[in-house]
Order: sequence, then structure tokens, then C-alpha cells
Amino acid sequence: MTTLTAAAPRPAVPGRVGPAAALRHTMTLAWRSLVQIKHNPMELLDLSVQPVMFLLLFTYVFGGAISGSTTDYLQFSLPGLIVQNMLFATLTTAIGLSTDITKGVFDRLRSLPIARSAPLAGRIVADTLKQVWAFALFLGLGAVLGFRVHMGVTGVLGALLLLVAFALAMSWLSVLIGLTASEPEKVQIIAFSVMMPLTFTSNAFVPTDTLPEWLQRWVEVNPVTHLADAVRGLLSGGPVAGNATVSLLWGLGIALVFAPLSLRAFRLRA
Amino acid sequence: MRYAVQAEGLVKHYGETRALDGVDLVVPEGRLLGVLGPNGAGKTTAVRILATLLRPDGGRASVGGFDIVREAHKVRSLIGLTGQYAAVDEALTGVENLVMIGRLLGMPRAGARARAKELLERFDLTEAGGRAAKTYSGGMRRRLDLAASLVGHPQVLFLDEPTTGLDPRSRTELWGVVRGLMTEGVTVLLTTQYLQEADELADDIVVFDHGRVIASGTSDELKATTGAQVLQVRPLSGEHIGMVADVIADVIGTRPDVTGGLATVNVKDARVVPAIVRRLDDLGVVASELTLRKSSLDEVFLALTGHRAVEDPSADETKEKEGVSA
Repeated sequence: MTTLTAAAPRPAVPGRVGPAAALRHTMTLAWRSLVQIKHNPMELLDLSVQPVMFLLLFTYVFGGAISGSTTDYLQFSLPGLIVQNMLFATLTTAIGLSTDITKGVFDRLRSLPIARSAPLAGRIVADTLKQVWAFALFLGLGAVLGFRVHMGVTGVLGALLLLVAFALAMSWLSVLIGLTASEPEKVQIIAFSVMMPLTFTSNAFVPTDTLPEWLQRWVEVNPVTHLADAVRGLLSGGPVAGNATVSLLWGLGIALVFAPLSLRAFRLRA
Repeated sequence: MRYAVQAEGLVKHYGETRALDGVDLVVPEGRLLGVLGPNGAGKTTAVRILATLLRPDGGRASVGGFDIVREAHKVRSLIGLTGQYAAVDEALTGVENLVMIGRLLGMPRAGARARAKELLERFDLTEAGGRAAKTYSGGMRRRLDLAASLVGHPQVLFLDEPTTGLDPRSRTELWGVVRGLMTEGVTVLLTTQYLQEADELADDIVVFDHGRVIASGTSDELKATTGAQVLQVRPLSGEHIGMVADVIADVIGTRPDVTGGLATVNVKDARVVPAIVRRLDDLGVVASELTLRKSSLDEVFLALTGHRAVEDPSADETKEKEGVSA
């Protein structure tokens, strides 16, 4: 590079980002995703409207028909609703990323001397905190309507950990959608056309044995079924280990498939 | 001369299309290079490569002496980037947008806040600083975007079509800001479709077309490359336009373009003008308009590329302003 020797001498600039700085960048970007809630508390409501609506509709509309009693149905369906909401909420990451890309914020961030992973990691940290909020909201509102936690704090924390672990695995899929969708609106369409069938063809809302036999076979494989059953076990009591293991294996599989694809899409953007 | 930006033979393809087809350019420290070209000429691709957002398929480039591929992180610590679309987080306030960048650049909280305040003041956004950016007008957003790219005191600033879509007043304001930065010694690479903008701001200009640099030099040098001044004659009476065209053709040997009662022709030697005036006078033709001026960049662009840069009403204004009666 002899032609470049004419350039001015520069103060020493670190050539890499250390782990401490990377963590700080991630936290700053997580703050950025969350601070909006402070000015616009409606956003928190946006996050919560869907859970609340589903909770009330399912309990009072379907409850009697499915379980003969709204309280019995609530005890059965709340874990399913929690799982469904968690899955939909993973797409927040995709929508946020896609918005950043179309608005040019993503490019701005990538032109800064920050950790390459921070724009993704910051978003995922913030979205995980939103997951915790939604979980707390479901349990709180559920309690008001008559849902009972039988397994104590350990069960609640266990359920939360399992849900967050699965959500993190799913966020690789979400990142891929966010990086490849041409616009945020497309993400919504994908969300509906993938997540709705996935969550409804499970035992999240109805017992498996009420379904036609060919569908039962899929329902028994569907990770949503295993997650819902694991969360039921952790909150209301019942078997946990088997369902939790299957759920985590699904999560692992999803991460193994989509993490490389997402990282490839991320590098292609870079 | 020290170069803040140097690029040699940059190539970038997208499938079959060559967005950049061997681009060389240099920006001396503290100067403003205007990259002029129509949509799709490769201007944005070049900026994205130099700002480390895109890897070149061929060629090499350095910013501040650092290689844009191997030392991308170091390059990023020297540059500011303002893209074609105002890249601000619309849900955040003006202050928060700037504080976020400051924090990402490693400033302590108080330092980031102080820098945000300073920049908001400078860009006349202090009052709007506490409002979400989505409530801002286009011009305000663009100013906030530019402020965001200045948080880290960049030595090299990339402005990718910073005034596209702005109204003339906001455009003039932004030009003022860019001139202010120049006095502070910041090196700027600015892309634009507006010939007037390049003419107003740039020390040096490169003209892009189809991913290549087709001409470079100062505004005056470029105007001189086509070797021509432009003579325009409008007879008072429209019927005389034919005679005007004949006289001009006779004197300089080229037939002028005649549009709307105005004869326009490139002339290489200003001494033909008195001859033409005398001949018209002999014929009793009175000219209501007779101008001799340097070709505008618009005409240079046309001469270089065979097509116009962009339909830009403000470019026409310039032409009129530049018109000097002979």
C-alpha cells in the first residue's frame, strides 16, 4: 500500500471490539428498544392487548364449550395461550430488524465502530425482557380470572426459563425473517401464515383426543404441544421432564438450522 | 497532498449488472469531493463500499490510511455516514437518538448528553429535541441524521444524496451546514444528482455514469473540458429566428439548436460574437436576448454522457443566474 503512505498519521485506534465493549454496545441498543416504552406507554399496551384479548376470548367464548366450565378451561388453556403468545412475540425481533433495515438505521449502526453482533443481540435482549413482561401479565390476569399456580415459585421460574430458552432459539428464525423480508408488513403476513396454524394444530387450546386421527399424529409431534404440556406441568403439576426435553430438543434443532442461515444472511448484508 | 479517501479500481457486481466497473477516486484531506451522476450510476454503491457497509468484488480503497476491508473497524471510527434516507430511530426523541450514538461510541452518559445538546443547538433542533423523531419534518429529520453522523467528530464524512427530496429552503440550509463543516477541516464525499449542488459545494467533482468515472476535475475544469461557451440569441421578432440561425451557421460553421425562438450554440472563440452582432445589425434583426456564458454543468453532463442528469427545476434557475449578457 505504498500509495497510502501520504495519509496523515492517526491516533491509535483499537482494531477490534473487546467482550466488555460488545456487552456495553448490546446494552445500549437494548435500552434503545425499551426506552420508547417510556414515552409511549401505549406500546406496552400494544404488547399486552393481544394476550389479554386472547385470554378473555378463549376463556369466556370457548371455555364452556370445550371444558364445560370457564375455570376448568382456563386452567387448561392458559399455558397454551402463554406459549402461543411467546411464539408470536418472537416475531417482534423480525419486525424491529426489518424496520431498522428499511429505515436505514441498520446501516447507520453498522457504520459505527461497534461489535458486529450488537444490533442483533441488543434487540434480542430487549425482546426477551418483553417476553418476561408478557408472561407476568398472563399469570397476573390469569390469577384474577381464577387460574391457580400449584407448583409455587420454582414452577413459575422453571416455566419462564423454558419459555425464554425456546424463544431464544426461535429468535434465530425471527432474525432470518427480519433480515430477508423486504418490508416490516411482510413479517406480519409470515407471522400469521406460519404461527397461527402451528399454534392451533397443537393441544394448546383443545385436548388432542378431540381431533381427527390424522391430525393427532402431527399434534403429538408439534413442539407447541410439548411446550404447552411442559408449562402445564410446571404451573399446575403433572409430568414435566419428558415434554421439557422434547421442547428443548426442538429448540436446539431450530437453532441449529436457523442460526447458520441467519448469520449467512447477516454477513450478506455486511 | 494527503488523501483522506483513496479508491483504486473498485468493482461491485449484482448478478449480471456491474454497479461499479473500476472506479478510481481520491479525496484530499479537508476537501469536498462531489460525486455527480444520475440514479443507478453507482454513487451509493461506492459510498457503501467506502463506509465499510459493502465489500468490493475487486479493487481496493482506504479511508484515513486504513484499508476498508482489512481495517474496517478502524475506518468506522473515523467516518460519519448520512444516507439517502434519514436513518434516525423514529420512536426515539432527537436527544435519545444522539445519546444512543454517543454511548455506542464509548462516551460516558454525561458526555453523550452534552454532545447531543451541542449538536441539537447547532442544527436548530433544541426545541424539538424532546420530541419523537417521527413528529419531525423531512428537513428536521435530515438535520438530525446529519447530527447523528457528527457525534463522534468524524474526520471523513460521507453524505449520500443528503438533499434529495428536500424543499429548496431546507436544501440551502443544509448546504450552509456542510460549508460550516468544511471550515472545520472535515473531509467530505458528497453524492448528488443535482448539478447545482455539486457546483455550489464541491472543490472537486467526479462524474459517474454506468459504474464508471467518466470525468473529473474542478467545476471550472469540467466546464472547460467541453471546450465551449454557450451563445444564445433570441430575436425580438420570432420570424427572424431563421435569419439568426443562418447568420450563426455562416459565422461559426455550426447550425444552432433552435427551440422556442431561441438559438443556442456552443462557441469556442468569443470573438465570433461581435461578428454575429454586426451581421444581425446589417440585416436589421434586433436581439431581445443575447448571452455568452460558460457551459453549465448540466450541459457538460449532457456532453459527457449523452443524457441529462435529472430533471431538476433548480438547475434551470442556476442557468439563468449564470447567464451573462455579452
